[in-house]
Parts: sequence; C-alpha cells; structure tokens
Amino acid sequence: MEHLDELESRSIYIIREAYKQYKNIAMLWSIGKDSTTLLWLCRKTFFGHVPFPVVHIDTGYKFKEIYEFRENYAKEWDLNLLIAKNQKALDKGMGPISKLECCTQLKTIALKNFIDEKKFKALLLGIRRDEHGIRAKERVFSPRDTNFKWDYKNQPPELWDQYKTKAKEEIHLRVHPMLHWREIDIWKYIKRENIPMTDLYFAKNGKRYRSIGCHTCCNPIDSDADTIDKIIHELETTNTAERSGRAQDKEQAYMMQKLRMLGYM
Amino acid sequence: MGKEQFNFVIVGHVDHGKSTLIGRLLYDTNSLPEGKMDELKKTCEMMGKPLEFAYLLDHLQEEREQNITIDTTQIFFKTQKKEYVIIDAPGHKEFLKNMITGASLAESAILIVDAKEGVQEQTKRHSYILGLLGLKQVIVVINKMDLVEYKKEKFEEIKKEIVSFLSRLNIYPSFIIPISAMEGDNIANKSKNIGWYEGLTVLEALDTFKDTDIMEEKALRLPIQDVYKFDERRILAGRIESGKIKKNDEIILLPEYTETIVKSIEEFNRQRDVVEAGISIGITTTEPIFTERGSVICKKGENLPKIINTLQGNIFWMSKTPFKKGERIFLKLATQEVECILEKIITKMNSSSLESIGNDETQIENTEVAKIICKLDKPIVVEDFNITPELGRFVLIQNEDICAGGILTNIYGD
Repeated sequence: MEHLDELESRSIYIIREAYKQYKNIAMLWSIGKDSTTLLWLCRKTFFGHVPFPVVHIDTGYKFKEIYEFRENYAKEWDLNLLIAKNQKALDKGMGPISKLECCTQLKTIALKNFIDEKKFKALLLGIRRDEHGIRAKERVFSPRDTNFKWDYKNQPPELWDQYKTKAKEEIHLRVHPMLHWREIDIWKYIKRENIPMTDLYFAKNGKRYRSIGCHTCCNPIDSDADTIDKIIHELETTNTAERSGRAQDKEQAYMMQKLRMLGYM
Repeated sequence: MGKEQFNFVIVGHVDHGKSTLIGRLLYDTNSLPEGKMDELKKTCEMMGKPLEFAYLLDHLQEEREQNITIDTTQIFFKTQKKEYVIIDAPGHKEFLKNMITGASLAESAILIVDAKEGVQEQTKRHSYILGLLGLKQVIVVINKMDLVEYKKEKFEEIKKEIVSFLSRLNIYPSFIIPISAMEGDNIANKSKNIGWYEGLTVLEALDTFKDTDIMEEKALRLPIQDVYKFDERRILAGRIESGKIKKNDEIILLPEYTETIVKSIEEFNRQRDVVEAGISIGITTTEPIFTERGSVICKKGENLPKIINTLQGNIFWMSKTPFKKGERIFLKLATQEVECILEKIITKMNSSSLESIGNDETQIENTEVAKIICKLDKPIVVEDFNITPELGRFVLIQNEDICAGGILTNIYGD
C-alpha cells in the first residue's frame, strides 16, 4: 500500500469516527498548509462535502494573502465559514509585546469564547506529531475540561483505532486526524492531489515561509524553493526544524507547553 | 511497493535506558535538527544537570524535572534502508495506559534490559503486553554494558534470564544485542568494547524487519463506519480491513445476512476500479438495503467470519475502578458497539509475576490480566486475531474511557 494512501485513509477513518459521534463539530482552518490539507481530507471523507462549519481564528495580524485565500476558497468549496475574533482584546490594543499573552488572548480566548457561543462538542485540528515535542504527546481524541485545560498528565488510553467515546457534557474534544503525518508527507500529498496553497510558502527573492502564523511573529527562511518539487527537495535535505521561525516555540521557557495547557492549538 | 515507514516501540523497566537509546539512535543517524544539541546543552545547564539525551523526548516540564517519561511520544528518523517512527513508552507502572497506547501503534518492539539489574517488574509486564498486542518482531537489547565492564558472562547471564521468561509468553526475540546507549556501543556502530559479540547492531537488526501480513490477499472484510446521504447517493463508508472490492461484486452484509451488489465505488478527486485493504472508501449498492454502522461487508463465495453472542477473551485491565462480575460494560470491536455483561472470570493473573491470583474471581483490578466470558446484548461479527486483527481484538469502555484491551480466544469453540 502506498504511503500517502495509508496516511490519507487513516485520517479519513478518524474524521468519520469524530463525525459519527458528534454532529455538533467544527474544523479549525488557519489557511496554512496543514489545515488546508485537513480541509481537503474532509472533502474526501464526505465525498466532496464538508458537513460542518469551518472556523478561522482571526487574530487581525494575519497576512493579507491569507485573507484573500480564505475568501476565494470558502466560496469555491462552498464552505460554511465562521470567523472567531477576540475583538475586545484587539480594541484594547492587544499585540505581540508579550507573546504568551497575545497568543492566549487572540487565539485561545478567541476560540474559547467562540466555542462557548456555538456549543461545539468537538473540533478537528491539523496538528502533527513531528512539529513539536509537545504535540508529539497528543492523543488523536484529546479531551479539554471546562476551563479548556489539557490534562497532559492524565490522558485517556487509545488503542487500535478505538478512541474515547462520548465526552461528558461540559468537556469538548480536540480531534487530531493528522498527527501521523510529517511535513514532507504534507507537501507530497499537496502535489499528488493538486491542493491549492497560499503563495507565502513559495520563495520570492530568496525567502519563503515554512510555517505560517501571524505576520508579526513568524519569519521567512532563506530558500529558493519556488515550486512544490523544490520544497520537497529542500525538506529532504534540510536539518532545520519546521517551526524555527515561530516565536512561540522557544525551548527554554516551556512556552509551547504552557500555551497548550491553556488550550492553545 | 514496500511500506515507507516502520513503527517500533521501545519498552522496558524504568531507568533501564529507553529515552537514552532513542537519543542515541537520533544522534548517531544524524537526525537531530540543527541547533537542537546546543539548545539541549543550554537547557541542561539551566537546570543544573549533565547532558541528558532523554530530554529530546521528555518535553513536559514535569518529565525533565523528575527524569521520568510520563506519556508516550513519537519521533521520526531514517537509515539508508528505511524510515522509522520510534514510539517511546513510559516505564512506570503508574503510566501503564500510556505505554499501552504507544505500543498498540507499533509493528515491532525493542525490549531494553539493564545489564546490572536484569529482568524487573515492568520488563515482565511490558513483555506480557507485547504478547497481548500480538507483536512478533522483537529485539532484546541488554543495556549499560559499560557498567559491567562489557563482560560476556554478564550478558550471557541476563540473556538466559530474559529468553527463558519470554518463552513462557511465546515471544522468541529475533535478536539479542549487548549495548551501551550512553556510550554508543552497538547502536549504529559496531562496538570496539564488545569484541566478543559478532551479531548485528541495533540499526542493522531493525533494517532486517519486514512488513507484517499482506491483508489484500485475504477475504473481504469492510466494517461499515457510517452511512451518508449528502446528495442523491446513499454511501456506505468504511475502511477495508482485508481483501478487495470492486464494482459489480456480490456482497453479503453480516450479521444480518443481507445480499446485494456493488453499484459503484465512490471517491472524491480520484477513481479506482478495485480498492484494497487499508483504504477508506465508500460504496453504493444496487438495492436500497437497510444497514448501519457495525455491519461487516463480505464477499459472496469467500469464507465468512464468525458471528457470536458470547465472547471469550484475554483482557488487560487498566483502570483504577475494578471490573466486577455481573457488571454491564460497553464493548467496541472494529466499528461494532455493544453492551455486555461480565459473566465469568475464568482465570486471573498478576501481569508482572504472571502468577495466577487464586480465590478472588469476582473482580479484576488495575494492571491485572484475565481470561473472561462476556454475554453480549446482540450478536457481533468476529474473526481470529491472527487472520484479521481488527476483528479479533476489542476494547472495553467504562465511564467514557477505554479501560481494557483484549484479544478474542476460542472463537470457533463451543
């Protein structure tokens, strides 16, 4: 069996399990390569349909290319697109002076308020184990408590494609259908399936973004990879971590752990 | 084409060196991202500790401060021959459910044993779980050879102990290798310190392992996951666990014994004529039959799985709430979900000593293993674990969490 088919089939299986259990479900779409691939997988899972809302957490600090892409494909793919934004914090001038505070307010709190409002029971997210050591510790079905906290010291067991069943009323579940994918798999799959991607990933003037968040907190890498083939070649030879350009991944202060414990994606 | 990625789990008693071995594998295969070693050195200095390879995997603050692995994790590396996913499993008894979570994803295992301490409680328990999960490709590494002056006698002594223990579980390791993860002996490179050992290094041994069964050559088993009607098509969706399916195939749905014909294979952005084991797919049928999640699609003319009302199996209990005789519990097997009653505890064992626990056959407690009989509320479709693993293993669910994993036994018996 081909490697990409295996990854794809596993993801589809997980998405179907989640949808079977929770009709009140949504998918988080950051418009980056992983969540756009997840969106594509959802379309494959449901034979061209996406039978739940697709949520974009808009920090207000996203690249203009992201907003353009979002509008184009929400329309073309007939998505039920919802925007979550912490307008209150933005009105008070929240910005990346303290990164922990900014990520928490504009991403985590924005999402928390949105879930409270929409009463979603489960969320599909495109995180992968190879992105960060903390994400490698995640379950496929990962519960969050009322306060959104991730109880990483006491995660439920998972075995043989059997996942946690019905969560208690007050808990919501994070579902991670792409934990087993690697960065290079994503690009090979994008190529095979011809999935549209934002231009930010492709090199211009010797620079490209390898991981995309807010324009204030991510830096492009040196690269001449201006096609998918060149990106795949670059990944086959590089020794640099994918999220090296992302401010919230700094090792020393356990920032990622703190963020995720509080409910960060 | 062969499988591109190979999953293996590293198990063993706490402090026998699992995380160090993984760190060493990554370091020696040049798989660490640039700057990672420097970052690690800095973190260790900050914490006032010597350089610990274990920190590469133990990312949680609590894990590093206490020098223990709490939860399972995965990490990727490659050799000239293959790409690997290493699954690290915690050694503490307290985190056993995390160990099982990790090990259930593996196709093979490395069991690590400390050359000074030999077989310990978790060595035994983890071995038992490897057997229960059906892992057959096992490498035993005898670690910390540097601490016993690389002595052959010590290696032979521990080897004898572990081989004799594993044979009681019907596990016959493919390789037994003396190593020092700390010093890098026999991991990626042959050790100069262990001249008397002429076998393979850990990496060479891993590279010899092959894919498990070829599932597409077996009879069709397609458990239905869900039925969709988003447009004019009524699609039965699921993953093919074995065999293959194509248009115009005559199929039988079990346990209801409904017969029909495949009208179409449904896919988005792709069209295959034949789909094989491992693929998540959808089909439509010529007649609008009633069916739902849990039914298993099989092919007419091929052998059929078994339908049972009473289940016998070996289970591993991993919940602090005991499982009591007469208790109702939720059982999941592939996509089938059914309530059942614990009718009888046939035998019960301590998973570490493997000695049977006599007298108390009224309940099963945390970390105990047992052979049980459950009466099911409705019939389910099953098969021998060695033929179709997905239809031969199950989980039990208590308070919304998985509390036990099990393998069916005696399905063709009375």
